[in-house]
Amino acid sequence: MTLTAEEQEIVLLSLRVAFWSVFVSLPFAVAVAYVLARSSFPGKTLFDAAVHLPLVLPPVVVGYFLLLLFGRRGPLGGILEQWFGIVVAFRWTGAALAAGIMGFPLMVRAVRLSFETIDRKLEAAASTLGAGRGGVFLTVTLPLALPGLITGVLLSFARSLGEFGATITFVSNIPGETRTLPLAIYTYTQTPAGDEAALRLSIVAVLLSLAALYASEVLVRRAARRVTGEDAVGRR
Amino acid sequence: MLSVDVERRLGGFRLAASFQAGAGITALFGRSGAGKTSVVNAIAGILRPDRGRIDIDGETVFDSERGVDVPTPRRRVGYVFQEGRLFPHLNVRQNLGYAGLFSRGAPASEFGHVVELLGLGDLLLRRPGNLSGGEKQRVAIGRALLSSPRLLLLDEPLASLDGHRKNEVLQYIDLIRDEIRVPVVYVSHAVEEVVRIADTVVLLSAGEVLAAGAAEEVMGRPDLRPGEGPFEGGAVLDAKVVEQDIEHDLARLAFDGGTLTATNVDALIGELVRVRIRARDVSIALERPRRISIQNVLEGTIAAVGPERGGIVDVAIAIGASVLRSRITARAVQQLDLAPGLEVYALVKAVSLDRRGAGQA
Repeated sequence: MTLTAEEQEIVLLSLRVAFWSVFVSLPFAVAVAYVLARSSFPGKTLFDAAVHLPLVLPPVVVGYFLLLLFGRRGPLGGILEQWFGIVVAFRWTGAALAAGIMGFPLMVRAVRLSFETIDRKLEAAASTLGAGRGGVFLTVTLPLALPGLITGVLLSFARSLGEFGATITFVSNIPGETRTLPLAIYTYTQTPAGDEAALRLSIVAVLLSLAALYASEVLVRRAARRVTGEDAVGRR
Repeated sequence: MLSVDVERRLGGFRLAASFQAGAGITALFGRSGAGKTSVVNAIAGILRPDRGRIDIDGETVFDSERGVDVPTPRRRVGYVFQEGRLFPHLNVRQNLGYAGLFSRGAPASEFGHVVELLGLGDLLLRRPGNLSGGEKQRVAIGRALLSSPRLLLLDEPLASLDGHRKNEVLQYIDLIRDEIRVPVVYVSHAVEEVVRIADTVVLLSAGEVLAAGAAEEVMGRPDLRPGEGPFEGGAVLDAKVVEQDIEHDLARLAFDGGTLTATNVDALIGELVRVRIRARDVSIALERPRRISIQNVLEGTIAAVGPERGGIVDVAIAIGASVLRSRITARAVQQLDLAPGLEVYALVKAVSLDRRGAGQA
């Protein structure tokens, strides 16, 4: 099975969109997960619900709100363009934004679970050895949360590869710019004689998803062994 | 130098402890629930007292009146926890060097010294998950020492270890006291550990300091009965091994006032040991008994007869410069007409002086 140049471009675009969506949302997800796992404040339940909203809302609704907020004339879109020179409307960056937001709750959930299982006594021990709050977070909390981070990253990566509704609503279906794998497959199924291309791209989608899940399995197992403190890594 | 005076309410429990600790090993001794761990947590800054003041080495690290509360990382207190709390994602070398990440680490020469002292050389590349309980505690002690502490807190470091490992770790703690001159606060509820290593004892009960002072004094107080105190009353004597009878597994120990025969003493001739003689293991006779299995018959004079409590009386017997305690029935006191000044024989079974009672001083 060989892909045409056009199809290869679609796959690469999808990977680029998924990569950036994960890369940019990761720090935010870690911060939100930490807050949810460790602090209590009035309105926490509401905040928690808001974070999970993309999981339950119709993706089209999320895309529509993104369009309102991040469109060229939207309040946030203007700020992004003026301050950072980033335009997201009808660009691949917008596709990454939509994918990142759709995958955000998955990432937060996985990381938060990891934070919650960490033995906080280890953090107290670190502070008696001279580590301040930031030091404790970077040298103890974050490394011990590694399995959750890996799970979160790969889940949201896979979710990003499959993002359809929010993307097509927000940034439309522009060949070479916002036409990612799912959008391309949809387009081919709507085109006469596009069946073969749709099948090829679907197989690629299956393989990519399988690879992501497999990598997650292997990496998490390895990381889990690491944080339980056994030597087994690389020794089997 | 450590000076503690703290109050803290935790639910129905009230902690109000005040004591000083100098060089050497100070044991915070008491039953579980007496508030020992709360006290060391307050010293380390992990638990915030409601009121009070804590000075370490002349620096006030907590003072509720002046609003001083130095955060834990800056208190420079080494803390060895009951469960070790080694970082599972780091190997032994990285655990030991952890404090160095925050410019609190000891100089490199110190690293080698501590590794050698605690026998950690072979463990450096291992991970905590594969260490035995004793090894974990040794690493935890090393890690705390390598944070250049002004004070070392050990919270029941032997609690999760079996008898053999306990002894092993105790020997290392002895070594630290002699080699690295850092004051140690040692939390324990086990009499034999305290008798063996403490220079000073602070006795805690229900959140309050019941007694504080030199180990021999506090551990020998007869008024600290099982009913009120956390351990059985008895006497503690410092003695020297003068003879080891390997054939019968007996040792003769000379103390200020006479000699004792004891079983199973792990010490060489000439070594100093500390012997704890429980009051209930000491009987009193008015004449020297003959044809009797008891190996220790010590001549002495009754120094004091305590008050009766539930049919039981504690009698203090002066033997030379030492004082033994004997716990007998009130009826026996009556029958023998025991009173201060009376010359008596104190009888102590050699088997009651086993290795749990005799440790290295």
